[in-house]
Amino acid sequence: MEKLDARGLSCPEPVIMIRKAMQSGGAAYEMVVDNPVSRENVTRYAQHEGYTVSVTEGDGEYTLTMTK
Amino acid sequence: MIDTKKERLVIVTAGLITGVIAAGLTKLGNPANMGFCIACFLRDISGALGLHQAAAVQYIRPEIPGLVLGSLAAALWKREFSPRGGSAPVTRFVLGFFVMIGCLMFLGCPFRMILRLAGGDGNALFGFVGFAAGILAGVFFLSRGYSLKRTYRQPAGEGGALPAIMVILLVLLVSAPGFIHFTETGGGPGGSHAAILVSLVAGLAVGALAQRTRMCMVGGIRDLILFREPKLILGFGAIFAATLLGNLYLGVFHPGFAEQPVAHTDGLWNALGMFLAGYGCVLLGGCPLRQLVLSGEGNTDSATAVLGLMVGAAFAHNFGLASSGAGPTGTGKLAVLTGVAVVSVIACANTFGKKQ
Repeated sequence: MEKLDARGLSCPEPVIMIRKAMQSGGAAYEMVVDNPVSRENVTRYAQHEGYTVSVTEGDGEYTLTMTK
Repeated sequence: MIDTKKERLVIVTAGLITGVIAAGLTKLGNPANMGFCIACFLRDISGALGLHQAAAVQYIRPEIPGLVLGSLAAALWKREFSPRGGSAPVTRFVLGFFVMIGCLMFLGCPFRMILRLAGGDGNALFGFVGFAAGILAGVFFLSRGYSLKRTYRQPAGEGGALPAIMVILLVLLVSAPGFIHFTETGGGPGGSHAAILVSLVAGLAVGALAQRTRMCMVGGIRDLILFREPKLILGFGAIFAATLLGNLYLGVFHPGFAEQPVAHTDGLWNALGMFLAGYGCVLLGGCPLRQLVLSGEGNTDSATAVLGLMVGAAFAHNFGLASSGAGPTGTGKLAVLTGVAVVSVIACANTFGKKQ
């Protein structure tokens, strides 16, 4: 599973980051973001690309696990 | 998982409410096609504080504190208030400064551009073309790795500073001490305004709606180009539709180019002004409305951009850079071209510079 750290980055940067990663066609990605807007936008993009997204929250950070 | 249908329905509803409020504010006293204009309102506040001396545009517009405090309230309610900052604040100040120079060339921010279109102001079509082109220019750099780097957690006092300043502005508005400047009624756009409480409540409502829906005039076109994601542009469209219907109902829809309120007919410079605004806003991560809303969420970088907008407005009027109904000024044209150059340097430095 490819892991990406988008903490501190504002949208659309986290979405651009996951889009670039997904171009390799991987089956699973894990991304950490630290604001709800990035959580929503990355989730929406991953869903659109056909991934199932699960989110765990802790200490103001969100870990998004995206699998196909 | 995200229910995109519900999400889109919510932002369309919020956009419709915002459009109705915007049309209603002009009926209740705001200048024509200016239910909201973040650039104009920040410019009026700069004038009220004496940062510029343009007597026609001086008033503490309660909509601005309303937007920030409405966003703050919504963020606190949803536990999204999060003081953060440290992502190139000086660069953001400069971007805010030049976004304002672009807006005052056009005579309106992206929000007012929509309202001008909905009022029948054909000059805003040139602004829209320039705005979209500016966003495209920004997207060119975004998709090649443009970044102002990461933000970091800040103390609560830092995140609450701009909202606190907004409360002080409201106190100054109500107490009206002698050192605050107010345009006299009939003395210019600053003298046209709805009642304080009406403007404040309108700002609070739209601020809360914009915080919950992430509404952004720049983000709409940007996300459509970058990701084929239509959510934000649906909000944009809903504001236009509701304001258009509101203007038709109120009998204030006047299609044409000449004699439009607080507007000029120089198509090229309307386009170039909004090109600069769109370009700078993409690099900032959102339109002036979004900067206010993020400030309410505790984002100190956005607060810095707001201060840049205010100082840009002061410079625009102190040095004759702002347009008027008569058209743009020579120094204003030079300032817009300078702005495009500076914003391009910022874009290049933060896209290609980091790869070295």
